[in-house]
Order: sequence, then C-alpha cells, then structure tokens
Amino acid sequence: MTIDIEHRPPRLRVRTSIDRYSAIARVNHWITAITFVLLALSGLALFHPSLYFLTGLFGGGATTRILHPWLGVILLISFAGMFLQFWRLNLWNRDDTQWISQIGDVVKGDEEKLPELDKYNAGQKGVFWGQALMILVLFCTGLVIWDQYFGGYVSIETNRLAALIHAAMAFFAIMLIIVHIYAGIWVRGTVASMTRGKVTGGWAWRHHRKWLRREAGTKHTHVD
Amino acid sequence: MANQSLNLQRRSASTDTPAQAGGAAIEVAKLIDVSKCIGCKACQSACLEWNNLREEVGVNTGVYDNPHDLTPNSWTLMRFAEWDNPDNGNLEWLIRKDGCMHCADPGCLKACPAPGAIVQYTNGIVDFIHENCIGCGYCIKGCPFNIPRVSKVDHKAYKCSLCSDRVAVGQGPACAKACPTTAIMFGTKEAMKTQAEKRIADLKSRGFSNAGLYDPEGVGGTHVMYVLHHNDKPHIYAGLPDKPKISALVSAWKGTGKVFALGALALAAVGAFVHHTIVGPNKVSEHDEENAAELIEEGKRGPSAHETRPV
Repeated sequence: MTIDIEHRPPRLRVRTSIDRYSAIARVNHWITAITFVLLALSGLALFHPSLYFLTGLFGGGATTRILHPWLGVILLISFAGMFLQFWRLNLWNRDDTQWISQIGDVVKGDEEKLPELDKYNAGQKGVFWGQALMILVLFCTGLVIWDQYFGGYVSIETNRLAALIHAAMAFFAIMLIIVHIYAGIWVRGTVASMTRGKVTGGWAWRHHRKWLRREAGTKHTHVD
Repeated sequence: MANQSLNLQRRSASTDTPAQAGGAAIEVAKLIDVSKCIGCKACQSACLEWNNLREEVGVNTGVYDNPHDLTPNSWTLMRFAEWDNPDNGNLEWLIRKDGCMHCADPGCLKACPAPGAIVQYTNGIVDFIHENCIGCGYCIKGCPFNIPRVSKVDHKAYKCSLCSDRVAVGQGPACAKACPTTAIMFGTKEAMKTQAEKRIADLKSRGFSNAGLYDPEGVGGTHVMYVLHHNDKPHIYAGLPDKPKISALVSAWKGTGKVFALGALALAAVGAFVHHTIVGPNKVSEHDEENAAELIEEGKRGPSAHETRPV
C-alpha cells in the first residue's frame, strides 16, 4: 500500500452561508405563491372553455366563481406585505440598466461579464414591479366584474373593458410568474433562500456580490 | 333530443357540433307590433304566470313602467316613452315590450364561460340552462340589449326563454297568447316578416313614412322583431339600440386572442425547458464558494484585515 505524497492534500473546505429571507418574509412569500397558483388555475378555468375542467379542483363552476375573487383579496393583502418589505431594495439603479443591456450574457449564464449586483438584479426587480402593478390592476378590474357584490355600480361598457383588461393582465402576470419560477430553478441554490432563508456564500458571490460585500462579516453571514 | 324544436344549434363554451337529428329546423320568431300595443301589461302577467314567477310589490315613481327594470323574475317589461314628434307637433306615447331579442348571433352565448349554460336551438330560440349556469354575469357583458339579470337568491342568470317549453309542444309564447290586440304575434320567421310587411304598408299609408321592421343585421337578425312606426330612430323607444352588435371589447375578450394567449403561456413553459437543455443549470462553482469564504472570514476578523486583492 502506497501513500500518494505527490498531490497536495485538498484544502479544508470552508462552508459559508448568508441570511436572505426572514421567516416572516418566507411565510409571506409562500402564501402569496399558493394564492397566485390557485388564482391562475381558477381564472384560467373561466378564461378558456378547454380549461373549464379545472373548476373541478374547486368544487364546480359556481364555487370557482365564488372563490376566485376572495383569493384575489388574499393575494392583494399578502402581496402588499411583501411589497412593504421589499420595495426599497427594488429601486432601479445604474447597475440594473447595465445588466439589462447585457441580457444576452444573463441568458447564457456568463455572470462574470455582468456588473456586481446588490440584493436584486434587474430581472428580479422587473418581476417585483411588474407583479405589483398587475396585481393592483387585476384587483381593481376584478372588483368591477365581481358581479355578486359590485354588479351594477358601473356601466356595462365599463364592465366589458374591465373584463378585457383583467384577462390581459392575468396573461402577463402568469407569463412573468413562469419566468420567475424558471429563474428559481435554473439558478441553482436559489430555492433555499425561500425554504430555509439562507443561501450559500458562493451563491451570493456569484449572483449578488455587492450584497455579499455589504453583508460579509455581519451577523447575517455564517461560517459553518 | 327527441323533440326536433329543441335540437341545439350552438352551446356556450363548447366547440363540438351538437347532434342534428331531425333535419333542418324552421326558424321561429315573435313579432311585436309596437303600433298596436295599448300598454295593458297582459304580456307581463302572462309571463309571470306561465313561468311561475312572482315579482315583489314595488313603488310608483311617477311613470308607468312597473317594475322599473327587467329583473330575474320579470323577463319582459313594458317600457313607456313620451316623444315629441318635431314633424307634426304630436306627443307620441311609445310603448315597447322589452325582453330578450333571441339574436341569431347571441352576445350572451359568446361571453358565457360555462359549457352548456346558454344554448341556441335550431329554431333560433336562445335559452339559459340554469343547472349549468355559474352566476358569473358574463352574459350581461355580452348582451348588446342589456337583458339578462342574475338572481341575488340563487345566483343564476334569467331572461325570456321565448317559452321554449311551449314552443316545443306547438304552442306560442304565453305573452303572445295573452295579448288582447294581437300586437304580439308568433310564427315562423318568414311568416312574421310577411305579416310585418303588411303592417308596415298600412302604417306608411297612414303617414308613418319611416315605419319599418326592426330585425337588426348587426346581431345576424333576431327572433324577436318589432314593427316600429319610426324605424329610422329606434332609440326613441326607451333606448332600443339603433345598430346593436356585440361590443368590440367582448369580441376582443372572447375572440381568438384567447387561443394565442394560452399558446404563448405554453410556449413560455416550453421555452424555459429548451433554455435549460441548451444552457444547462446555472451552478455555483467551488471557486465562488472559496471567494465567498475568504470575504466572509475576513469580515468576521474585523475591518483591520481589509486589503485589496484580485478576485
């Protein structure tokens, strides 16, 4: 038996982590996420006849019609909670404009070519502001077409316009959520931020280095 | 269905072609001759009676309209309008029996999301099938005549059925049966058009030069038609639309855009899959972890340890 002395023994790997989301933020996020999915399913059921079968998930057409707007109320409140927690870190800056101009590198995953970023990149900010705007519009137009309680308050023509805008906004919101979910899957290590609240130091270094530099050494960073 | 008059031509939120047993159907129509109406409301009473509906006792607000609007129980309503005829100075009392027009191209059916909640029979009658109705009120948005009403009790939409149950067994609608002046007539659409022509010729001979048949093209014609003494301005009859058609907003909302929207959503999901297949996962490297560890450990040691070093 020989001992390999030609190679240096591997350096002791140091594992680091950094807190990204508090327990409150995580619970808030998942309430919003589940509500959004239920809204999308019940909304799509009434959007196109080929998806009407989805009403079965909610106990039939009439209960789908009853539940959908109430889910919308929950979403508005839940998202408002997230908005208050995250809006400040989602303000646009020069790095974001640079990031967007290099969207090709983003899609290819060539992050070394991108500017160092704080807690959120322009894509995440886009999802944040896009959803904020669309949820607000969806809620307002939703109230107009919530016939059980608000039927007859505005003209039928306004109702028609509200229904059209509601459908169009829902389409864009679902599109944006597809991007959001895919980004979470594609960028490995991201989901942990919303399940355990932490990401690895390497994740932060790779994707949000400015944020890591700001937090490095504080109580939010851990050497495991 | 065994009964030929109840064969379906169209069904809401469905793409399949309904069974067409029994051969070609004869289109029926109700003809309301406004010039013969005396405003007695026998039609309203007959409608309530045949359909076993009860209207709440309302209040008088100084007009003859009773109730004040169509309701889930009042599927037909006499609307009274006073019109100052500028040509001859006559004050004309225009009484129009309002209710579902049974459009050939029904906006309610187009807007309805519930399969089979609204049907159109081959005889032209548009009917609401209440066990399939989910109470969303989309039919109200779809209708160019503002007819359907959703009940606050059972949350189902209601409107005139043109007495489809009576028509199915060879009877005319209850309102037509009750009308004392035969201002309401019922028969095949062709027969009603012929009848209307005679009435229009008569009205014209008596000075109503603009008398005509209201069978609006914009909704493909209707299975409830009016003989109007002033067919050049239907709006004077308590707001009867001059050129009704399904709103462009409803057509956009319920048109082919939906198919493209669903296609785009599916494409986005497929696109994500393709992207992952081509680019592969965006993984954190060991090098990234080492750099982070260095940065964090250095931070933990304190600001004195700060130095610049290549990344």
